[in-house]
Amino acid sequence: MFSRFGGGIHPPGHKSITEDLKFINLPIPHACYIPLQQHIGAPAKLAVAVGDIVSEGQLIGRADGFISANVHSSIPGRVADIAPVPTVYGPQQSVIIEAEGAFSASAMPQEAGDWNVLSREEILERIREAGIVGLGGAAFPTAVKLSPPPEKKIDTLVVNGAECEPYLTVDDMLMRTFPAYIIEGTRIAMKALGVTRAVIGVEGNKKEAIAALKNSLGPASGRETISIKKLVTKYPQGAEKQMIYSLLGRRVPSGGLPMDAGVVVQNVGTLFALRKAVLYNKPLLSRYVTISGNAIRNPGNYKVRIGTRIADIVEECGGLTEEPSRIVMGGPLCGVSVHSLDFPVVKGTSGILFLTGKEAAARDYSPCIRCGKCVAVCPMGLLPNELGTAAEKDRFDLAGELNPYDCIMCGSCSYVCPSQRPLSHFIKLAQQKLKAVT
Amino acid sequence: MAKKDKTESKQKLPVMTGAPHIRSGESVPKVMWSVVAALAPAAAFAVYHFGMPALMLMAVSAAAAVAAEALMQLLLRKRVTALDGSAVITGLLLAMNIPPGAPLWMAAIGSVFAMVIVKHLFGGLGFNIFNPALAARAFLLASWPVHMTTTWHRFGEHNILMQNAQNSAGFSPSVFDALTGATPLTLMKEGPKILADNHIALSKLYDVTLTPEMVKSLFIGTVGGSIGETSALLLLIGALFLMIRKIITWHIPVSFIGTVAAAAAGYHYLSGYPAPHLMALYQVLSGGLILGAFFMATDMVTSPVSKKGMLIFGAGCGLITFVIRQWGGYPEGVSYAILIMNALVPLIDRYTKPRVFGVREKKKLAGAVK
Repeated sequence: MFSRFGGGIHPPGHKSITEDLKFINLPIPHACYIPLQQHIGAPAKLAVAVGDIVSEGQLIGRADGFISANVHSSIPGRVADIAPVPTVYGPQQSVIIEAEGAFSASAMPQEAGDWNVLSREEILERIREAGIVGLGGAAFPTAVKLSPPPEKKIDTLVVNGAECEPYLTVDDMLMRTFPAYIIEGTRIAMKALGVTRAVIGVEGNKKEAIAALKNSLGPASGRETISIKKLVTKYPQGAEKQMIYSLLGRRVPSGGLPMDAGVVVQNVGTLFALRKAVLYNKPLLSRYVTISGNAIRNPGNYKVRIGTRIADIVEECGGLTEEPSRIVMGGPLCGVSVHSLDFPVVKGTSGILFLTGKEAAARDYSPCIRCGKCVAVCPMGLLPNELGTAAEKDRFDLAGELNPYDCIMCGSCSYVCPSQRPLSHFIKLAQQKLKAVT
Repeated sequence: MAKKDKTESKQKLPVMTGAPHIRSGESVPKVMWSVVAALAPAAAFAVYHFGMPALMLMAVSAAAAVAAEALMQLLLRKRVTALDGSAVITGLLLAMNIPPGAPLWMAAIGSVFAMVIVKHLFGGLGFNIFNPALAARAFLLASWPVHMTTTWHRFGEHNILMQNAQNSAGFSPSVFDALTGATPLTLMKEGPKILADNHIALSKLYDVTLTPEMVKSLFIGTVGGSIGETSALLLLIGALFLMIRKIITWHIPVSFIGTVAAAAAGYHYLSGYPAPHLMALYQVLSGGLILGAFFMATDMVTSPVSKKGMLIFGAGCGLITFVIRQWGGYPEGVSYAILIMNALVPLIDRYTKPRVFGVREKKKLAGAVK
């Protein structure tokens, strides 16, 4: 079964900037700014106080409720302050830790455990304890995602290795560097989920990654099947609904979740982190991040401690070659542009892009000329042209009839618009206004 | 929002705006000037073919359109975008749709009408319901029918028709003159009546018109007609460029031309006449069909946005064109067909909305729960 989702765009990849650059550990920053909310759900409850000495990996925020996630200190040090810090999710109460003392060996047990002896519940508990969330960007608590309600019949784990956003190469490098770990992470997640089938989808432009994963697959065992599938290189191939459709030919119902189609989707980075958490019983302290764009001197794929501020990253990456026109956290199509270097890397940060004026030109927008390009590229079958015009004229009643909630915010419509209309922005506006009314 | 970008980018801080942060680089002026470039080969051929009058008509018409647009935008206190190429397209297309012998003032009035009445009183680029050039052409045809229908020039097809008529003996001098003096489409319209009045079989008309030489002449463009419509070959080269640039898609032209060809061939065949394929080619290549199907029916503003809608729109244009050519009051029906279908675009758009991803599955799920 191999389907091609409708719509989509083919933006220039810009992946050559970093695609062959091996992972580099970014030096430990002097201070980490760790928000208590880095995930979808309730913010973690503060577990430390100003002046406390914390060790590396110590719990500083405890998950508050079912949909929430633990937050840990990514460096040893002293809690200097607890204050709001600007993040991609808005200003968030954060624990500011100044590096101090030594890295305790106890925080890093080196002996890998055997996950096969763990029960399903024990695996989920370790994932929950470690504060693992979706590292592809959405940052949904992973343990929650792996425990769907019993009435939903899940038969397949879909592993997302598409990395369809331009510039980003961190998942690609992860699949090429640690293919066996990703396969092992897949097996652990399959056990946690109670499924025997997993499909790993990778875009066709990552040939090395596909080959590496295939080599690491090993002999097929009796009950489980893991298959690796090459996907058409087309944005937004990595969007959950498009991914599931491409791999399994199933459409997630409008307004529903992947589990309504019998599927749970996990990003390769999440599975890598999940494996580490389960095998070593170690919390999530760092993640891999693509630092790219033409305004940064030394772009690359870096291992970065959670809470490292952009300013520290810029310094370690050789500084800026020119004033960036935009700094984007995430990919250039879905990411969030930030206005200062004080933003910290959070669990969901897959990339930080320093885009020049040439790369990210902002122009005035003009009325729709009805060219229909947005309609042709919308992967959800919406009418971005009409949604945009309705929202622009404050006619949210009209926008409400055009299925605004089915928009996945991929930005393909805005990308192609010859009138430079911020269509996905208009749709988001319509969603927010309509939500406020109801 | 975009305006805010400009002021903020002067400051030291990077801009904070919504995703996406990169754009395809496509813009309205790029789209519009590409269409102008695509029309250039056929326009250049028109100058070679019809001489200075064609050049003057195109230049005056385009200049009048740009001036009228700029004036309207100033009067309405809008941003002046008269040089974005869209006014040039309207002026150029209008000139390409009128006979080479038409007076310059008429072309200028047509352009002003197109810009002021058809485009800007409806809200400007993106909001007009009708194709401005075609609505202006209809206006000129209604206002100065003599200039619009009699100032044709005769070219190669005249010789071919003479030759064919001589070979097919049996025409009286008056019939001979009547047959060889008409434009290709007028001949198809008036011919049957002339022959019937003189008690000559209708098939004789097709001996004169439906020959490979005639079709070839129509394809290359060495025939009479409006300024820009004669060379199917050069128009197709321009259209190919627009398709490669992804400014137009095949949907409207193929369904439009396909419908005309199928209707012509089918009607001809059912009527029991020979060579229906030549009839189809003759109908496709004569008049303004190629120009209309590739350059005017595809006008983004006045055509449907979905592919399915485009196919319906094209088929409607084709059907109306054939009906007017066959039974209507005018020999040619392309421009009226497109204008009528322009009016139906909102309706077509409403009934050809793309299917929203997952909506069927949602209904199924709801059904299963019940």
